[in-house]
Amino acid sequence: MLKRRLNDFRWSVLPIPGRLMAVIFFVFLFVFPLINDARYPLLIITLACIYAIFAVSWDLLSGYTGQVNFGHALFFGVGAYGSALLYKYLGLQPWATIPLGALIAALAGVVTCLPALRLRGPYLSLLTLAFPLLLSQVARAFPEVTGGYIGIRGLPALAASPIGRYYVCLIVMIVSVLIMWKLTDAGSKNVRTGLIFHAIREDEITARATGINTIRYKILAFAIGGFFGGIAGGLFGHILRTVGLGVFAISLSFQAIIWVVFGGIVSIYGPVIGVFVLYPLVELMQGTAIGEYRNLIMAVIVILILCFMPEGIAVRIRDKIERQCPRCKLSNAAWRRECRACSASLRHVADG
Amino acid sequence: MIVPIIIRTLTLGGVYALLASGMSLIFGVAHIVNLAHTAFFMVGAYGMWFLMRQQGWGPIESILVTVVGVTLLGLLVYRVFLNRVRQHPQAILLITIAFALVFQELLLLGFGSHFRTAPALIPGSRLILGVRVTNQDLLVLGVVAVVMIVMWLVLKKTKLGIAIRATANDAEIANLMGISVPRTLLITMGIGTALAGVAAVLMAPLWVFYPYIWMSPLTMVLAIVVLGGLGSIKGSVIGAFIIALVETLVVFLLPQHGYMSTAFALLAMIIVLSVRPGGLFGTIFEEERL
Repeated sequence: MLKRRLNDFRWSVLPIPGRLMAVIFFVFLFVFPLINDARYPLLIITLACIYAIFAVSWDLLSGYTGQVNFGHALFFGVGAYGSALLYKYLGLQPWATIPLGALIAALAGVVTCLPALRLRGPYLSLLTLAFPLLLSQVARAFPEVTGGYIGIRGLPALAASPIGRYYVCLIVMIVSVLIMWKLTDAGSKNVRTGLIFHAIREDEITARATGINTIRYKILAFAIGGFFGGIAGGLFGHILRTVGLGVFAISLSFQAIIWVVFGGIVSIYGPVIGVFVLYPLVELMQGTAIGEYRNLIMAVIVILILCFMPEGIAVRIRDKIERQCPRCKLSNAAWRRECRACSASLRHVADG
Repeated sequence: MIVPIIIRTLTLGGVYALLASGMSLIFGVAHIVNLAHTAFFMVGAYGMWFLMRQQGWGPIESILVTVVGVTLLGLLVYRVFLNRVRQHPQAILLITIAFALVFQELLLLGFGSHFRTAPALIPGSRLILGVRVTNQDLLVLGVVAVVMIVMWLVLKKTKLGIAIRATANDAEIANLMGISVPRTLLITMGIGTALAGVAAVLMAPLWVFYPYIWMSPLTMVLAIVVLGGLGSIKGSVIGAFIIALVETLVVFLLPQHGYMSTAFALLAMIIVLSVRPGGLFGTIFEEERL
């Protein structure tokens, strides 16, 4: 077993620069607290892990399935408020409230997609934009339950020390992203959802004609997106130990889209990279002289990326350093002359 | 109580109609959902405030410079950025929201987050049916009516209007008939942002402006445009008055829950969309129906 894993690592991770970089990145995240255990950098990476789950769940719903959701903060907010209310009224601990809150968020996903099922394109996006606004105003209207403007305070912490919280969020992030990666893997032999999500995005009518119940899979996509968005929200509430109306903000919905588009849409790894590059960058800018301009810089980056690099920065780099073998479709490092498996010539394969 | 509700609905609906018809026109012809539309409106209002309060210009030249400036800004944004990604609807949505953020941040850096308001174009007020109405409100009603009639005439009677409608109907065929589609799209974008500029000129004295003001009218205008049917100007004018009525009723009947007006407007939109997925007057092409 171990030997097989080692062989896998040696033959299908080491020769491909993208996979190698992913492994190095996760190893770095695991040893980071040993290098630097100051509170602030740990908190930033913890939050980056949470936002990574959030961004990837948007990519699954909107990138893969093509149901472009402009109100993804709804799931984040429902997850956060759900777990906070479960603690407030039932006294449950985080290990129970976060999954239950995420289930409520998945339910919210199913409920929102009921009117959304008949809509497409801009109508769908604009309808979904409305839901978090609606819910935040409802939350504001019942201050005795939700705490109104101030929100719910004094939630229990995930773990006693910052390092403990860091590892909890990191592991939850890795597990969630792996699950979503598997669910959207179009080449998988065991899970059909990846292929079906692609089919719904590319051509829904054809997908129906081939016998796929697209309604059921759209509901499933909303439920999965809602579930993981809710997990991110629940973790967020317990890290900050307070839940306020900000979790429903339009800016949070758009933030997720910005991270995904920056990293690369329809590629689970793109959003993760987008979050881990942009979020710490913005936080670092906050204390410096250009802190005043950080939102402006973000907006300009988005405009430039969309105009000149619409596939996203992570996908662009991956295309530069990897090349697909024309014969056996295996990925190879871009500097190889021959395919590593079938030794077909790679010299004439075009970039990207 | 009835008369103030009617008057407020009419003035608010008039402004929403100006904003929504500009947005709807741009969507109908160029298939661009311009989320920066109310940001152009905000820039125009800041222009009026800056020219009249800070520079001491007269109303006529301020109005001219503001409307022309906003229109040119819209054309620049369209020509340099939007035109490039016109084929990707999601990219359009993102890039326009990014532009709205850019305007917001620039105004924040330039003028700070203070509340601003321009001096009234016609000061004073008068009594109508026992209700005090400012002259500016009456001016808004008059200008909105004139602009709507002019726009209707332009679209129905002139060659340009026919070109715009033909492009909206089928850009490819319009191109074959000798209509320059890129030029028509550019002109449409100009008209749309000019309408936002006119709305800004009218509202600058009535509303209080700050760099985040684009967000709340944006949700209202989106609700209107979607409710009326994207691309239908008739739909957006009717939708504007429906949403304005809903908002006014909430403010008058539930004064302590005035912030709920957005929620009720969005609820109205969701109800209409659940019954008619293309809005009240929107068209859904057969091949798009599911």
